Amino acid sequence: MHELSIVQNILDIAESEARKNNATKIIKIGLKIGEMSGVVIDSINFCFETLKTNTIARDAELLIDHVPLTGKCKNCGSNFQIKNYIFRCDTCNDNNIEIISGKELFVDELEVE
Amino acid sequence: MKIKVVSNILKANDSIAEENRGLFKENGLFVINLISSPGAGKTSLLEKTIPLLSSPPSKGGKWGGISIGVIEGDIATTRDAERIEKTGARVIQINTNGACHLDSNMIRTSLRDFPLNGLDILFIENVGNLVCPANFNLGEDVKAVILSITEGDDKPKKYPGIFREARVLIINKADLLPYTDCSIDKIKKESLEINPDLNIFEVSCRSGEGLDRWCNWVKAQKKTYSATNLHE
Repeated sequence: MHELSIVQNILDIAESEARKNNATKIIKIGLKIGEMSGVVIDSINFCFETLKTNTIARDAELLIDHVPLTGKCKNCGSNFQIKNYIFRCDTCNDNNIEIISGKELFVDELEVE
Repeated sequence: MKIKVVSNILKANDSIAEENRGLFKENGLFVINLISSPGAGKTSLLEKTIPLLSSPPSKGGKWGGISIGVIEGDIATTRDAERIEKTGARVIQINTNGACHLDSNMIRTSLRDFPLNGLDILFIENVGNLVCPANFNLGEDVKAVILSITEGDDKPKKYPGIFREARVLIINKADLLPYTDCSIDKIKKESLEINPDLNIFEVSCRSGEGLDRWCNWVKAQKKTYSATNLHE
């Protein structure tokens, strides 16, 4: 249940950014959540509904962009989608793989009034 | 109005973790964050590891004289800290009162009552959980994951996050292998698919089997990290 503290962080970030822009109401919060970020989307949505009530995001909608797990092979340079958590290049079979996407856990954009 | 934000949700935790890391470096500490499900053997591993690393050579210790501190994280009770205290290590207990992981702020707060001077290695025993602790950096040098064979050989692929983040995997309760259907080969194969750089040790905290290799690794890492920290 670390989603509760994650959602609190989301609201803190959103409220602080909204205030910086002199907004009084948050309409949408766009998140990017990677396949390997370790959070459960259902829990995020559930906690958001609970925690937003006494904030300027009380009517806000959460838009979640799911980011697939992809890697770049450090040997041959090819980019590919990592399936079943097998970090091995599907071109040259090397296992020195850098994660390119899929660990995202960030507030991407806001819509405010 | 649209606002582009691009702000890491865990940045508050990460920035305090960096502060903790700075404090650990100032004190020349090598810090290991121990992560596993409940009952895999985190506390047992510490009970066995601490005497091996800390007893002076004059008293039959192989490695000798390494001074160890432990931060114990649990939802409730001081049971683990009491077990660790018996080993002679400096220990402090954090009770998270429900939270499923330690975060960097809990560590920072506990350090106010926990002097680091004179310590060589700090173990942070996280709350028993294979999911959440993977996301929360505490300022450690390495994460170590413990998997006991009674949990089953399917766990690395079910909890890939922590197996990717960890530098070391300790497979505990190896002495129980004949009584289970667990395949250590499968654990190793699937863990290495997730993280080819993982150092793997098979141990039994009960029989003591395999603990030598693990302690050698800890000592070697301590040397490497202390040298790096001094140069920085």
